[in-house]
Amino acid sequence: MLVAAFTLVLTYAPVDADQGVIQKIFYVHVPMAIVALVGFMAGGVMALMYLRTRDRRWDMRSYVTIHLSIVLAVGVLITGSIWARASWGHWFVWDEPMLVVFLIVFLLYATYQPLRFSIEDPDKQARYASVFAITAGAFVPLCFGAIRMAEATTQTHPQTATMTTSSPASVSLVFLVSLIGMALLFITLCKYEMASKNVTANVRRLRRRLAGDDDQVSATGRSAAPQL
Amino acid sequence: MKGTVAALLRKELALELRTRESVPAMVMFAVTTYVIFHFSLGDIGGARAVLDGDLAAGVLWVTLLFASILGINRLFVADHEQGGFDGFLLAPVDRTSLLVAKAISLLAFLCLVELIAVPAFGLLLLGPSLWQALPELLLVLLAADIGIAVIGTLVAALAIQTRARDLMVPLLALPMLVPVVLGASRATAPLFAQGGAAALPGDWLSLLALYDLLFGLIAYAVFDFLLED
Repeated sequence: MLVAAFTLVLTYAPVDADQGVIQKIFYVHVPMAIVALVGFMAGGVMALMYLRTRDRRWDMRSYVTIHLSIVLAVGVLITGSIWARASWGHWFVWDEPMLVVFLIVFLLYATYQPLRFSIEDPDKQARYASVFAITAGAFVPLCFGAIRMAEATTQTHPQTATMTTSSPASVSLVFLVSLIGMALLFITLCKYEMASKNVTANVRRLRRRLAGDDDQVSATGRSAAPQL
Repeated sequence: MKGTVAALLRKELALELRTRESVPAMVMFAVTTYVIFHFSLGDIGGARAVLDGDLAAGVLWVTLLFASILGINRLFVADHEQGGFDGFLLAPVDRTSLLVAKAISLLAFLCLVELIAVPAFGLLLLGPSLWQALPELLLVLLAADIGIAVIGTLVAALAIQTRARDLMVPLLALPMLVPVVLGASRATAPLFAQGGAAALPGDWLSLLALYDLLFGLIAYAVFDFLLED
């Protein structure tokens, strides 16, 4: 799945390269931003599921989703500033509400890991992180709705919706393919991280059983990641 | 629920009245910040260094925001250190009433602070007269204060259990409050315009109201989970 999605993104995107080489970053930047924002919101929904069911796996899912969304958000900021440097001449433009809001959302989620890290009790950590994830997840659509409402008049940052409808069919096709590819990549990465976390937990459990329950969990140390 | 909220609110206000911990510190902080702004901005407004328009609104809201961070930091400290949480959890009452009481008391603190800090701002830094814009300004202040109180209570309850409490509060609260500052300062900017107050921009005010409503509901829904065990 991962390989199929990735090759599609890589081979399909250059098809439409005749609008200048730098424009190709569009196929990475925009899907990444959309997937990261949807990932943040999905993390909030999963945190809600955790609070309702008290099932540790939901907390793990929420953590993994937000974690990977942060990674993608870093990618968005980097590709976005490369693109901005090429087309506007500046790395970062402060009068662009889209850029500023994305930076704010990124800064907000950057506190997610320190928050988890500074709570020791795993139960409490999961609950507090979930409350944070829900609140921040509601913050994301509100913010982007607000900038749509407020700054609809003058904007240099291209709007995705208008762009996909007004552009030729080949562009929107490639864009859709790369969006789906990015979403699949995200889901696959989530699955991998979940699997690795589960394996680590299993190995730890087995090792503890082998050692005859002598040394306790303390060997693992404190971590921001939830433990199953 | 109403009785509980009233009782908790009485407790909060009595505590603040006797210890005088938060509000005087916030007021002092705000006034000192004005003085610092006066010196660090240099002679932008000419010899008397007066501000108007966007810059005045920005200075006012940054100061009020940071002053409120001080109050948010202290909000749950007494309950945490002296076992107020345990006593509250033992009582057979709705837990959300604590959120309501704390948010209302934080709102009251903020109003008290602004009662002194805003006239001080008018005296020390503001160029145009404060009187001409007063009714609209009060409306914006109230809307923004509700938002700050709700988010502040939620963040304070989140941060009180962490180890680095004093660090987590600004880290969590500042990004969450960016829409409040944005809406409030954009809404106040025309009020402080040089040639008399312009009309209040309605869409920024409605953004503030929407924010208050949404986060009030969210805080109401999730606060229960912050108070277990």
